[in-house]
Amino acid sequence: MSTKNYISAICSIKNGKVFVNNTLDYTFTESNEPIDFFKSVYKHYQLNYPKFYKMDSLSKLAFIASEILLKTQAISKEHTPENIAIIIANSASSLEIDTEHQQTINDKANYFPSPANFVYTLPNILIGEIAIRNKIKGENTFFIFDKFDTLFMSSYINSLLNSKKASICVAGWVDFYENHYEANLYLVENSEKGLKSKHTAEELNKRITNN
Amino acid sequence: MDALIDKLKGEIIEQLNLEDVKKEDINNDAPLFGDGLGLDSIDALELIVLLEKNYGIKVANPQDGKKIFQSIRTMAEYIQANQK
Repeated sequence: MSTKNYISAICSIKNGKVFVNNTLDYTFTESNEPIDFFKSVYKHYQLNYPKFYKMDSLSKLAFIASEILLKTQAISKEHTPENIAIIIANSASSLEIDTEHQQTINDKANYFPSPANFVYTLPNILIGEIAIRNKIKGENTFFIFDKFDTLFMSSYINSLLNSKKASICVAGWVDFYENHYEANLYLVENSEKGLKSKHTAEELNKRITNN
Repeated sequence: MDALIDKLKGEIIEQLNLEDVKKEDINNDAPLFGDGLGLDSIDALELIVLLEKNYGIKVANPQDGKKIFQSIRTMAEYIQANQK
């Protein structure tokens, strides 16, 4: 499929590894706990944002992926906040924190739901975290699919850019459930920068499954 | 009082996930919100849950929160006065 939009950068996080533009950038081997890995990434990349520690696992993963991705390009200098879109999908929604929250309200005699957990019981909260951190005010949507639907995502984002609803999009997949996690975030824009990779389903399939 | 303040600091650090904060970093009289520990409105709700869960104290009137959660010391004083 032909497109005039391009993927300019990609950050992938899975199996204790961080890839930037499909090149291995950081490896963590000290523990198999995803949270230990996420905290290690936070420290390694010197991401100074104490609110990170208060986020649920899904938002922590989205946050570190977005920070590393956005270090590749100063998008706020070239795009107005209203023109930066965030379109992300996953499969487990916010089920990890939903389950944790449910466990705190199962027993009427020991009923202490955590407000800090409750606020994360929607998957699109992770978009909010990225938007707040980067002062992004553009179009945003969160989709839930069985697996990453590259055809749908590329069509949807190309349509946003082609209709000038946005000039750049932070897009991708961020999933976390029962210690299985994967993040693939990328930037799509209508000019050839960085990776200069055409924003098509074929190219996404190739780049995201390549690591 | 000192033992309660010390215990409370540990509970707050754990409950509010203040990862980079140590007990000795928290001044007993410094404001918990705003300039001090920089807590937010969700943290305020967590502190209310902490009082109920760990000390059996229900904050019935939300207006009292401002006084109770002014500092670690005011929190400890409130616990001491209201714990059954």
